[in-house]
Amino acid sequence: MVKMADYAGRKPAWCPGCGNFGILTALENALVTLQIEPSKVLMVSGIGQSGKLPHYTKGNVFNALHGRTLPVATGAKIANPELIVIAVAGDGDGYGEGANHFINTARRNSDITYLVHDNQVYGLTKGQASPTSDFGFVTKTTPQGADMPLNPIALAIAAGAGFVGRGFAGDIEHLAQLIVLGIQHRGFALIDVLQPCVSFNRKNTFAWYRERIYKLEGADYHPEDKLAAFEKAQEWGDKIPIGVIYREEKPAYEERLPVLRKGPLVQRKLDPMQAEKLLAEFL
Amino acid sequence: MPLSVNLMVGGEAGQGVQSVGFILAKAFARGGYHVFADQDYESRVRGGHNFFRVRVSDSEVEVISEEVDILLALNQESVEFHRGELAPGGVMVFDTDKARDIGSGGHLFGVPLESLAVKKAGSKVMANTVGLGVAFALTSYGLDIAVDVLREHFGAGELGESNVKAAAAGYEYAIENFKGKFKDSLKPLDYQNRMLITGNEAIALGAIAAGCTFVAAYPMTPATSIMEYMASKSDELGLIVVQPEDEISAINMIIGAAFAGARAMTATSGDGFALMVEGLGLAGMTETPIVAVIAQRPAPAVGLPTRTEQGDLQFVLTAAPGDFPRAVLAPGTIEDAFWLTVKAFNHAERYQLPVILLTDQLLASSYSTVDKFDLSLVNIDRGLLLGEEIERPSEYKRHRITPSGISPRALPGGDALVVTDADEHDEEGHLIEDANIRTQMMLKRLRKADSLRNEIRQPQIYGPEESEVTLIGWGSTCGALKEAVDILRGEGLDVNFLHLNELWPFPSGAVSTILARPRRSFVVENNATGQLARLIRAETGIRVDGNILKFDGRPFTPALIVSELKKEVI
Repeated sequence: MVKMADYAGRKPAWCPGCGNFGILTALENALVTLQIEPSKVLMVSGIGQSGKLPHYTKGNVFNALHGRTLPVATGAKIANPELIVIAVAGDGDGYGEGANHFINTARRNSDITYLVHDNQVYGLTKGQASPTSDFGFVTKTTPQGADMPLNPIALAIAAGAGFVGRGFAGDIEHLAQLIVLGIQHRGFALIDVLQPCVSFNRKNTFAWYRERIYKLEGADYHPEDKLAAFEKAQEWGDKIPIGVIYREEKPAYEERLPVLRKGPLVQRKLDPMQAEKLLAEFL
Repeated sequence: MPLSVNLMVGGEAGQGVQSVGFILAKAFARGGYHVFADQDYESRVRGGHNFFRVRVSDSEVEVISEEVDILLALNQESVEFHRGELAPGGVMVFDTDKARDIGSGGHLFGVPLESLAVKKAGSKVMANTVGLGVAFALTSYGLDIAVDVLREHFGAGELGESNVKAAAAGYEYAIENFKGKFKDSLKPLDYQNRMLITGNEAIALGAIAAGCTFVAAYPMTPATSIMEYMASKSDELGLIVVQPEDEISAINMIIGAAFAGARAMTATSGDGFALMVEGLGLAGMTETPIVAVIAQRPAPAVGLPTRTEQGDLQFVLTAAPGDFPRAVLAPGTIEDAFWLTVKAFNHAERYQLPVILLTDQLLASSYSTVDKFDLSLVNIDRGLLLGEEIERPSEYKRHRITPSGISPRALPGGDALVVTDADEHDEEGHLIEDANIRTQMMLKRLRKADSLRNEIRQPQIYGPEESEVTLIGWGSTCGALKEAVDILRGEGLDVNFLHLNELWPFPSGAVSTILARPRRSFVVENNATGQLARLIRAETGIRVDGNILKFDGRPFTPALIVSELKKEVI
C-alpha cells in the first residue's frame, strides 16, 4: 500500500505561498491514487523553480539542464519502458529553451507525462518575461512589454500530442485527477499547469485565475474532437478552461518499436558474440 | 619489394564511381589481398567530380598512394584531372564514346564503355561496370570473384545479371584488344579471412560488440554511416537508433538512456558536437557514462563537409564549462577504431564519465582490409554497476564519496532510489550550495582521472626506439606517417614515428621520456595551428622543433611528409 508518507521528501525552498506547492501535492496524490511505488517513478526536471520539485518528494530523479528535460526523459523511457517517467519543466524551460524538444517529443509520442509549471514569468532568475507572459507584460528585460504569448495547448495539439490538459495549482484535487489521466494515457501527455508566482507575477495571481477558470468536466465538451480542441485552446482572458482539452489514442513510441517487445534494453545480457554474424558480411 | 597496384576510378556523382571502387576493393580483398581505399567526393548528389582510389598489395597497406597504376576515367574531367598522376608505366582506361583529345600512346586504353554497356547489358548506366571488367582484365585477376561480388552488391535479380554482363563485356574487350599489354599480375591468393571495412563500420561493429543498445544521432557527414549501419541492424540485434530533432536532443537522450542503464552512444562531426557541448558537461556532472563519436571535418562552421581535417582536438579536450574528467581516444587505423570503441564503452562505465572517440573523414570513410575481429577478445566491463541485490537500499547514495572517486552505480527501477542533478549535489544526488560539499564533490569527480590515467596505453613508436628525428602524429595520419618513415629510412635518414591514439588523459610521462631522446622532433597534423604540438607543450613542457601541417581538406600522403621533412632537416 503506497501512502502519502512514502513520498515525503526534503523541505522545499520555494517562496511561501508559491503555486509549486499545489503541483507537488497534486503529483504525490496522483501517484498514491495509482499506487505507484517511488522506486518505479523517474522524475526528470529542468532548471527553474519547477526543476527543484523532484528533490522535494521521493523517486528516482534526474534533474537535467534548462530546457532539456524531454530528451533525457525520452532516452530513459526507451531504455526502460517499465519506469513511470514524469518530466517536470517550467514555461521558460519547456516552452522557451526546450520548445523544439517539446514539439518533437509530442510528435514522437514517447510515453512521458509532462508537467509544465506555467507561471508566465521567470522566477529563478527573478522576474523576466517568459514565452507565456501576457502581451505587454512589463519586466526588467521587457520594458516595452512582452511579445505575443506562445499558446502551449494549441501548439501541443498541432504537434501531435495525444493528451493535452490544463490544470490549476490552486485546485489540487482537479489537478491530481488530471495527472492520473496523464499517467494513464499511453503516449506523450502535456499538462500545462497555471501556477501563480507570488513574487514576480503580480498580474496572474491566484485570485486572477480563480475569477476566470472553469472546468471542462461536466460541460458539454468532447476532447476527442480535434477542431473543437483547437477552438478551446484559443480561450484565454475572461474565461480560461481547465481539464482535458484534447485526447487521442494512438501507439506510443515505445509500443511502435518491435525491439522493445523482447523487454527493456536495460535488461539485455551484453554479449560480444552477437556481432559475429555481422562480421561475415564484410568478408 | 611488395607487390602494390594502385587503381583509381574517376567520374561525376551519379556515374557509379563509388560502386565500382567498392567492388574493386571488395573483390581484391576477397581474393586475399591487402586493400586500402578512399573516396574523394563533393557535397552534392549529382555532377561534380568524384574519385575512388584502391590500393592493392600483398603486404599491409594503411594509406593511399598518390601515383596511379591503372586509371579508369569515366568522363573527360577524370582524364584531364588525373592523367598527370599516372605512375611510370601506368595506364589509363577511358571511354572512347565520351573522351576527346586524348592523344596517343601505348599506355592509353580506349574502350567504348557506354556503347558496350548498351549493347551487352541494355543500359548506358552500366558503363562503369564495363570499365570494372576492363580493370580486372588488366590486372590478370580474372572475373570469377568479381561476378560474386557484383551479384551481392546489385542483387541476384535482373540488375545483378545485367551488371555481370557489363563486366564480362569489358573484360572480354580488354582480352581481345590489349592482350600482351597487361601491366601487373594479381592472381587471387589463398587467404579468406580479410574483412573490407570502413572506419565508421568498424566503430559501429565495436559498439555492437561492446553491448551498445541505444544510439541517438542527428545525421552529419562524415559520421552518418555509423547510425545508418546500426539502424539497419536494429531489429535483428535488438538495439534502438533514434534520429531526434537535433544534436542537443541526441546527447541528452543518450544521457537518459545511460542513466537508465543502457550502453549508449551518439555520433556527429565537430559542428554537431558544438551543439552537444552543454550535454557533455551534464554527463560529467551527473557521472553518466556516454560515448560520443566525433568524425572531424574541416571547420569552422560548415567548413568542407565531405573532406578531412584534425582541427577539433583542442576543442574536444576542453569542451563544456568547468573542470570534469573525460577520456579522448583517437584511433589511428580502422582496426584500432574497433578496439578503441570497445575500450570507450568500458572507460565510460568504469569511470562513469563521457568518452570521446575522435576520428576524421579520412578514417571514417576509407576502406581497409583487416583480419576478422576476434570477438572472443572483447571484454565488457561495466565497472561498479550494481545488480538488483543492493544491501540497505534506503541508504543508497548515487554519488557516494569514495577513495577512487567512483561511486557504486545503481539503476532506477530497482529497490534503491537513484538521484542525480546537473546542479552541484550531495552524495545522495540532491542539489546543494554548501561550499564544503562542493569542494568534496569536485575532488571526487576529478579523482577518477587518476586511475583512468593508468589505463591509457603507452604511445607506440614505429621504427627504432631511438633516432635522430622523431615524427609525431595522432589519429588517422598513422598510415601516411609509417610509410613516410619507411621511405625516409630507405633514403638513409634516421627517423622514427611516435603515434598517439589515446590522447586524454595525456600520457605525459611516456611522451616526455620519448621526446627527450631525439635530436629533433616534428609534429605532423591535419590542421592549421599544430594542436597536438600545443598539447605536448602544455602537458610536458616540451616544445617540438617544427610543425608539418596541412589544412586544405585533403589527407597527408607519404610523399608530402617526406618532402616537407626534408625541407626541415636537410
